[in-house]
Amino acid sequence: MEGIYQFLDALLPFEWAEFAFMKNALLAVLIITPLFGLTGTMIVNNKMSFFSDALGHSAMTGIAIGVLLGVDNYLFSMLGFALLFALAISSIIESGTSSSDTIIGVFSSAGVALGIVLLSINGGFSKYSNYLIGDILAIRPSELLMLLIVLIAVLLLWFFCFNRLMTASLNPDLAASKRINARLYNTLFVVAIALIVTVSIKWVGILIINSLLVLPAASARNLAKGMRSYHGLSVLISLFSGVCGLIVSYYLGTAAGGTIVLVAAVLFFLSFIINRCRDKA
Amino acid sequence: MPASNFSCGCKCSVNIKNLGVRRGSQVILHDVNLSAHHGEILALIGRNGAGKTTLLKAIMGRIPHTGTVEFFNPKGERIQNPRIGYVPQHLAFDRSTPVTVADLFCANCGRLPVWLGHRKAQLARAEQMLRKVGLVNQLDKKLGSLSGGELQRVLLAFALDPMPDMLLLDEPVSAVDRLGTGLFYELVTSLRSEYHMPVLLVSHDLGHVKRYATAAAFIDRTVIMRNTVDKVLNNPEVRETFGLDIVGV
Repeated sequence: MEGIYQFLDALLPFEWAEFAFMKNALLAVLIITPLFGLTGTMIVNNKMSFFSDALGHSAMTGIAIGVLLGVDNYLFSMLGFALLFALAISSIIESGTSSSDTIIGVFSSAGVALGIVLLSINGGFSKYSNYLIGDILAIRPSELLMLLIVLIAVLLLWFFCFNRLMTASLNPDLAASKRINARLYNTLFVVAIALIVTVSIKWVGILIINSLLVLPAASARNLAKGMRSYHGLSVLISLFSGVCGLIVSYYLGTAAGGTIVLVAAVLFFLSFIINRCRDKA
Repeated sequence: MPASNFSCGCKCSVNIKNLGVRRGSQVILHDVNLSAHHGEILALIGRNGAGKTTLLKAIMGRIPHTGTVEFFNPKGERIQNPRIGYVPQHLAFDRSTPVTVADLFCANCGRLPVWLGHRKAQLARAEQMLRKVGLVNQLDKKLGSLSGGELQRVLLAFALDPMPDMLLLDEPVSAVDRLGTGLFYELVTSLRSEYHMPVLLVSHDLGHVKRYATAAAFIDRTVIMRNTVDKVLNNPEVRETFGLDIVGV
């Protein structure tokens, strides 16, 4: 870790980069944003942005379960509940009894409500409120390592399974004709999102995690000419918003997560305008 | 009537035995026995909701079913993992998706993930497949920007790569103009004579069936009859279902 810090000091001789917590935050941003940029492409393609939002909300209940079980680290209770939650939503959607936005809406509200109720049992809800907006400046090196492992796992998934994931998302019947089990790949993807949302929610925050997943990919989609540029742009926009937002938040003294999302939102509107102008031309 | 043409050995390409599909308590298909031969274009006709599309999905293994579907190569040997080419009636997909024709092809013929790019050999192969269906320089186009006829031909080319053991066409030209329809069927007919694959064609247009199919099966939750196209179209029950006596086809 010392070596990395020295490298960052040499590379970034700026005021904001002097502090160890800013260096950690920068490293976290450099890991989280490509991860979000990459997976966001499929979330947007599969029209699952509402779904990932609900997953973020379910973290509230996950934390509450952790508190009730008396564990120190809420990661596993969040992950367990998020997986259960994600698989329940996707299996109910697949049964085709109700429209998917209704089902997700019901789950999302129930997830938040249950979390609030459980957390308020033992008095103050307020000590958990930092989960709502997240605090990337509080990240520690050991947690960076965990994020890095998740990034590598998702990169492997994206490397080995993306082609089939894409065909399955395009049309399940077409995928079936190529012997691709759309349901299996959909489940795999849902599990991956649950993992990503869970491990990063403490740093990014329940309220804005979904913006960070969806905005870069949505901007990239406005500009992309194919799958390669879609992914490239999404990762670049995500990285740029992350680094830019972190630095701006330091000088303005604002919350990092929110500032990052604001930068991403501005980029989205820019991409939207560029796309409109290009269509007219 | 249906099916144990099994004895014909080398000619039989797909053999469906006692196939049934249920959705909840509802029986969609029952006791389907049907076989298709190499080089045959077998039209599946029937009223809406008769189970034609469901039958195709069951053959692809997309939905759970009872009974068996067995495939055989021209030598009469059983194929364990058959390749199936499928051209749907109307590909339900998000038209604004940034998936290009090249992405679609390369995602299914190689290991390199398409978000990292395409290999030249794969692109050349895709271009070659597209030429077969009369499309040139369409690789960089997004799927959503293709016209109805172009998309159906892209899907046909996609269905043919790798060359399938059976081709399933589910009303492949319902969204295509007249010229495109002619082109599409000419192509299917030439493929059939070139590669001798069996083709199952679901169509509502009995004109197309008469013109391009070599045999027909009348489906209503099961196979009511399977015979030559003329015999099936002259069956009173078929004429009743399609109102043929009124329009006088």
